[in-house]
Amino acid sequence: MPGKNNKAGDKLKKKGRTPYKKGDGMSALLFLSPTLVVFSTFILFPVIFSFYLSFQKWNMFSSETTFVGLDNYIRMFQSEEFWQVLKNTAIYTFGTIPLNMGFSLMVAYALNKKVIGKKFLRTAFFAPVIISPVAAAVIWRWLYDPNFGLINWFIGLFGISPINWLNDPTAAMFALIIMGVWKTFGYNMVLFSAGLQGIPETYYEAALIDGAGKWTRFWKITIPLLSPTTFFIMVMSMIGSFQVFDIVYVLTSGGPLGSTKVLVFYVYEHAFKFFEMGYASAVSYVLFAILFIFTMLQMKYMKSKVLGN
Amino acid sequence: MPGKGLKRTVKISKGIVFHLVIYALALVTLAPFIWMVLTSLKDMNEIYVYPPKWLPEKFRFENYKNAFEAAPFGRYYINSIIVSLSVTFGQLITCSMAAFAFARLRFRGSNILFYIFLGTMMIPYNVTMIPSFMMLYWLGWIDSFKALIVPGLASAFGTFLLRQFFMTIPKELEEAAYIDGASRFSVLWRIIIPLSKPALATLAIFTFMGAFNDFIWSLIVLNSDEMRTVQLGLAIFRDRYLTQWDLLMAGSVTAVLPILLVFFFAQKYFIQGITLSGLKE
Repeated sequence: MPGKNNKAGDKLKKKGRTPYKKGDGMSALLFLSPTLVVFSTFILFPVIFSFYLSFQKWNMFSSETTFVGLDNYIRMFQSEEFWQVLKNTAIYTFGTIPLNMGFSLMVAYALNKKVIGKKFLRTAFFAPVIISPVAAAVIWRWLYDPNFGLINWFIGLFGISPINWLNDPTAAMFALIIMGVWKTFGYNMVLFSAGLQGIPETYYEAALIDGAGKWTRFWKITIPLLSPTTFFIMVMSMIGSFQVFDIVYVLTSGGPLGSTKVLVFYVYEHAFKFFEMGYASAVSYVLFAILFIFTMLQMKYMKSKVLGN
Repeated sequence: MPGKGLKRTVKISKGIVFHLVIYALALVTLAPFIWMVLTSLKDMNEIYVYPPKWLPEKFRFENYKNAFEAAPFGRYYINSIIVSLSVTFGQLITCSMAAFAFARLRFRGSNILFYIFLGTMMIPYNVTMIPSFMMLYWLGWIDSFKALIVPGLASAFGTFLLRQFFMTIPKELEEAAYIDGASRFSVLWRIIIPLSKPALATLAIFTFMGAFNDFIWSLIVLNSDEMRTVQLGLAIFRDRYLTQWDLLMAGSVTAVLPILLVFFFAQKYFIQGITLSGLKE
């Protein structure tokens, strides 16, 4: 208890803080130092240096870089391949999201009801999320095999003729999207489940008394009250999908004919195959800019949700 | 009443249909795993049969032996475990220290610094990848465990997750300790840490999984065979044995199994971690 004349104590109390010991600042620095060292070395410095590099021409092996101004950016925007890659990334992202969200919401909604073996079902739907993308892509390569693959056999049951999934430029992106949805929907299912559990039961009870049917309850209560979750999932999925790499690398390696070459793959290729560090940095900065826009959308939501406490 | 009986029958059959549909969906989701395991136990001739045959005639466990002989998966495993465990323990230490500072210590600029920390979560790894690689190259750390471990030793997500949890621990608990003359470090170690086991477990599992499944970073910084991790080993194995699907599937099972096992025992924490990353606590 602060003394009756202890102004500092009152002030602190007003702010809801407890006066601890003196010298918190020094200990804070000490406690934060390992993290600060790692962050400044592997995040802060790289972000700045990458920006600098995007105006340079450099192959990494020579000791000198050449300032080229906006050349890397101009080259990028004039490159047909870059636009193709950007388009591929957008197709992957906006192809995956609706399927992913629809499916994950459906499963979350179903598992929110009384189901026998809920734990088993949840495990089953979640399993693809946790396994490595590399192994998952290896498995799917085999599933997509045009001659012996399980997928062609499966669609054959419905009378669909075999598709050369990974070698046909139009089918390959579709193959990637299907696999991407399979790999990630379980994650969103968990988020949707948490969102669904956050909706008070009383709303449904009240609606039931008013005679609202199943669909009315779903569209008028569940969907609107779930919208913060939906928004969060949508933006996070966009951010994630724009950075897809592993499954592309193993499943299609960007082919056939560059039809599945995505942005991160393009950055990887230019940096670590062609050693065009400046150009690759410029491309990664454009990707950063795109993701930044998505993140700003997200921040608006996060601010009210998290930093409020 | 016949009406009531009919209603009940409809309700029950609806329930049955619902269960059939959801279990069918689960089966479709699991099919790739089932197919992977079954293929890994088949003879080469059985693999190339169309329409596909589900069960192998004889379970060929020697496929696994052959896969481990064709590539040093054992070595890859040890590498993956060393790296993943180091990153996990490192993060548990650095994140709990940083989280303690943000949750419990008062210092000038703590809010701004915390915002900056959160802000780093927005930075895509592609932007930091190239300069990080170059720095490790200059340090001579390329193709070493250091290159895989050191950049992963801190995380904004971990700091954030633990901070949120630490803030829920009543302050009275530590005040008593401070009155008894305890240092801040011993308060963190003796009071906060023991009370935060669920949050620490969640962070540990997420970090371990992330490190074990990492691909692009290992692809960039490793080049010798003996340094390879399971994921990298599998990707290279795939390039070399593209027609040996029995061995490839055995390799995939190897790469997938540990994480599936961890998940089986620690489901709760996975779910917790995701809901937390959804910031919905």
